[in-house]
Amino acid sequence: MSVRDRLNPSWCRFMPVLAAALLGACAIATVTGARAQAADRLTPVIDDVLPKIVKIYGAGGVRGLEPYQSGFVVSADGHILTVWSYVLDTDYITATIDDGRRFEAKLVSFDPRLELAVLKIDAADLSYFDLAASVPADEGTRVLAFSNLFGVATGDEAASVQHGVIAVTTRLDARRGTFETPYHGEVYVMDAMTNNPGAAGGALVNQNGELLGMLGKELRNAQNNLWLNYAVPIGELRSSVEAILEGKTPRAVDVPAEALPDNPADVAWLGLVLVPDVLERTPPFVDEVRSESLAEAADIRPDDLVVYVGDRLIHSCKNLVEELARTERNTEIRLVVMRGQELVEVVVAPNEAAESESE
Amino acid sequence: MARGLAMLVAVALHAASACAQVDPEVLEAEAARADVVEQASRTAVAIFARGGQGGGSGVVISPDGYALSNFHVTNEAGKAMQCGMADGKLYDAVIVGIDPTGDVALLKLLGRDDFPYAEMADSDRVEVGDWCFTIGNPFLLATDFVPTVAYGIISGVHRYQYPAGTILEYADCLQADAAINPGNSGGPMFDAEGRVIGINGRGSFEKRGRVNVGVGYAISINQIKNFLGHLKSGRVVDHATLGARVYSDTDRRVVVDDILEESDAYRRGLRFGDELLRFGNRDVQTVNAFKNALGIFPKGWRVPMTFRHRDETVDVLVRLRGLHAESELADMLQRPAKVEPPDQPDPKPGEPGPDGQPKRRPTPIPGHPPRGKAAPMPEIVEQHYEAKPGYVNYYFNKLHRDRVWDALVARGDYQGLSGEWTIEGTTAAAGIIKLTIADTSASIGLESGELRIEFEDEMAGQLEPPGSGGLLLSLNMWRRLLTKGPKGFDELIYWGTAPVPGVDGLADVLAGAYHDIECRFYFDPADGQLVLLEMYPEDDVDPCELYFADYGEVQGHMLPGRIEIRHGDLIYQIVDCRRYTFASIDEKE
Repeated sequence: MSVRDRLNPSWCRFMPVLAAALLGACAIATVTGARAQAADRLTPVIDDVLPKIVKIYGAGGVRGLEPYQSGFVVSADGHILTVWSYVLDTDYITATIDDGRRFEAKLVSFDPRLELAVLKIDAADLSYFDLAASVPADEGTRVLAFSNLFGVATGDEAASVQHGVIAVTTRLDARRGTFETPYHGEVYVMDAMTNNPGAAGGALVNQNGELLGMLGKELRNAQNNLWLNYAVPIGELRSSVEAILEGKTPRAVDVPAEALPDNPADVAWLGLVLVPDVLERTPPFVDEVRSESLAEAADIRPDDLVVYVGDRLIHSCKNLVEELARTERNTEIRLVVMRGQELVEVVVAPNEAAESESE
Repeated sequence: MARGLAMLVAVALHAASACAQVDPEVLEAEAARADVVEQASRTAVAIFARGGQGGGSGVVISPDGYALSNFHVTNEAGKAMQCGMADGKLYDAVIVGIDPTGDVALLKLLGRDDFPYAEMADSDRVEVGDWCFTIGNPFLLATDFVPTVAYGIISGVHRYQYPAGTILEYADCLQADAAINPGNSGGPMFDAEGRVIGINGRGSFEKRGRVNVGVGYAISINQIKNFLGHLKSGRVVDHATLGARVYSDTDRRVVVDDILEESDAYRRGLRFGDELLRFGNRDVQTVNAFKNALGIFPKGWRVPMTFRHRDETVDVLVRLRGLHAESELADMLQRPAKVEPPDQPDPKPGEPGPDGQPKRRPTPIPGHPPRGKAAPMPEIVEQHYEAKPGYVNYYFNKLHRDRVWDALVARGDYQGLSGEWTIEGTTAAAGIIKLTIADTSASIGLESGELRIEFEDEMAGQLEPPGSGGLLLSLNMWRRLLTKGPKGFDELIYWGTAPVPGVDGLADVLAGAYHDIECRFYFDPADGQLVLLEMYPEDDVDPCELYFADYGEVQGHMLPGRIEIRHGDLIYQIVDCRRYTFASIDEKE
C-alpha cells in the first residue's frame, strides 16, 4: 500500500506516529539483506559523494536569515544546483567545493515554481551528479543527507552528513497557515532532522550514493510547530535544470541591449513603488501601489515580489526597470509575482485601463 | 483515520512476515550491537546536584571511579554531586578538576573500586559515516538512572566551534546526528564497538527550541586524554596559545601576521610573514585547521611545529603559553562562569517559552528535598575534598603528587645521600668533567678549570656556566628533589602530564617552586623514573633542561648514566657519568 495523501493539518498531527510505524517496518524489512547495519561501512559512499557537495555563501546575515546554503555540482565544468533564495540576492555569491577551493559563483538562472537555481563557477573536471542517473526512491529507503547545515563546516571542512529513512513520499500541499511554500509537488519526507538552517540545496542520496533529491528550504507547520524534513525528488527538478543547462530558459544574467521601444513602460507609469534599491541586487518587492493605477487595476499588491515580466526572469529592482524599458506601453504585460509563498500571475492591460479612464 | 489504522495493520503484518526471513548474520549483528549498548550503558552516569535540581550526564573511565562530564554540568552541580548508574544505585561523587575552556570536568565517583568503566578510543581514527551512539540522561528522564541510548552516524570530524560569547571553545570536535538533547551534556559518545570517542557537549539549538535537530557536537576524547593528567591535578586547567596570530592568504597559506616577542614561538625563530606548515603533527592549511590543532593541547606542553622562514623549512618543539591569565582562571572558582545554559529538564520539548527558549522547570529527584541551603557534604566526599585557593580540589593534587613521589622512592630512597655529590664523567666536547653538588653550592670542573657557585636567596641570576641556562642551579634542584622530596621546596605540586621527547606516553609532571625559581620534573610513565628536569629562572625565557637516561644502580640507588644538558636550541653538554661519589657514604663504582 502506498502512502500518498496531502499533508493537511490532520495528517501532520498523525505524521510522527506514521513515521515511527514505517520506520519500524523498514528497519525489520531491511535487515533481510545480507549484511547488518553495524557491519555496513558508509565511508566509501560518503567519500564518493562529498566531492560533489558545495557550500554556498551570499546575502543574509541578519537574525534568522543565514547567509549560507548548500548545493551540489551537476556538471563537470562547474554548474551547481541549489535552492532559489535570498542568499542568492547578491552579485557576490561564493561557492566552496569539497577540496577547499573557493570560487565566485554566477547565477545562471532560476525557476521560482520549483524554487531552484543554477549557479556556475569557473572550474573544470569536477566530480558531479549526473541528473540523468538520479533514481526514484520509495518509502523505507535508507538515505544520507549532505549539507552545509548551520554553516558549521567552515573553511575547507567537509559538509555534514546525516542518515535517515524516507518515511513517506507524498505531495507537499502548501497552505496558508500550515506549510507555506510555492512548491506543490512530490517530496520525500525523512525521519531525520535534515532540513536545518543552511541545509537547503543539499543532496539526498541513497546508500549507494545515487542522487535522489535536493533538500528543501526550512518549512514549519505554523499550526502544530512541526518542522518538515524533506527533499524534492530530482525527477521533479530535472527538466527545469536541464533546460537551464541547455540555455533554453530565460537567463538571469543581463540580457544584451535590444532596440528599445518608442514608448517604453516604466515603474511609475504602472503605478508601482518598489522598495529602495539599496543592495547590489535588491529583490524587486512592491513597496506601494498607487491608487487608481494600472497596477492597482491588475491587483498587484504591496509586498508582492516580481519574478517574471513576460517570460523574462527578474532578479532585482534594476533588472525590473531595465526589462520594463524594453516593453511597449500599449501592449498587455504579463507579470508573475510571488505573494507570500504563492506565485500569482497578473496582467496589466493598458488599453482597458485607458478606456475605463476615458469613460 | 480509518485509513490510517488500516495502513498500520498492513505495516504490522508486513513487518511480521519480514521477521521470519531474517538472515542469521543479521540477527548476530543485532545481538552484538545490543550487547555493546548494554555494556556501554553500565558505564554512563546521570549527574545530579545534591538536592536534585538540574544535572547532566557523564561516563566512568576507570574502575576507581574517575568520570568525565562537561564543565557546564558540574559547574551547576557543585563540589559534591550524586551520580546515578544503570545498576539503579546513586553514588556520591566529588569534583576533581575542570577545564572551563574545553567544557570538560573530571569527577570521581566514590564508594567502589570496581566501577564499570568505558575504554577510550583513538578519536583521530573516527571517520565521517562511522556509526556511533550516545548514552545519557536527556531531559533528565531517567529517574531510575537507566540511561537513554541514541544511535547515529558521525556527520563531521575536526569541527571548530567558535566561542559564542562564552569562554567555551569547541576545537576539533566530532559532529554526529545521534540525538543530543539537554541533559545529554557531559555524556559519552561511543563508537560502534562501545569505546568512548567523545563527550557530548553542544547541540545546534536555534529557533526550534533546545531540542535535538540532528546536529550535536562532542569534545574529542583525544583532546580530553591530553588534559586528563592536568584534570587529575585538581586545578583549573588552561588551554594554550602559540603567541602568534595567523591568517590565510590568497594562496591558501597560513601566514603569521603578529607574534609576541616573549613567546617561545618567537625564540624558536618564528617571525612575521613566516608560513606555518605543520602543528602538533598535523598539516595546517587553514586558520581553522590551526585552531583545531592548537585547541587540543593544554598550556605548557611542547608541541612539534614546522614553518617556512624565508626559503628555509624549520622543525622545532614549541612551548605553548596559557590562553588565560591565572587570575581569570582563579575567577572561575569564585563565581559561575558565563557558560552554556545548564541542562534543565524541558517539560514540553520544543515548546518555546516567552523568551523564545523552551520553558524550564526543575524536576525533583525522588527521595531528595528541593535544593535550598547548601547541605553539608557527605562524609565520604569530605574525605576526598580539600579546599585551597587556586584549586578545584587540592586533595587530588596531593594524592597524585604522592603517587609520583612514592613510585620514585620505591626505586631507592635518596634521603640518606645528604652529603656532597660528585659525578665524574666525560663529555664529547670538553673531555673529562667533574660535577659536585651540595645543599647550597655546586661546581663544574673541566680540564680548563673549575667554576663553583654558592647559591644565594635570589638564585634566578645565578645561571652559570654561561650558555647552559643554569646548569649548576638545575643540578642543585635535582639533588634537592631526590634527597629532600616535597619538603625541600616552597611548594611541590602535581602539575599533570606532558609529552617528553623520546618517552612513550605522557610523563607525570611535578612542579616545584623554590625561592625565585621554578622547576618541572618529568617522570617516565612506564617505570616512574625521572627523565627530565626543566629549571625556569623566570617566565618567558628558555629553561635549562637536564635529560636523564641510562639509569643504573649505584649503591642501591637508581641514578642516570647519562645526563644531556640543553638550553634553547642548543645541546650544551652530554655527560657520560662514570662515577658517583657521595660524601656521607663510601664511594663505589
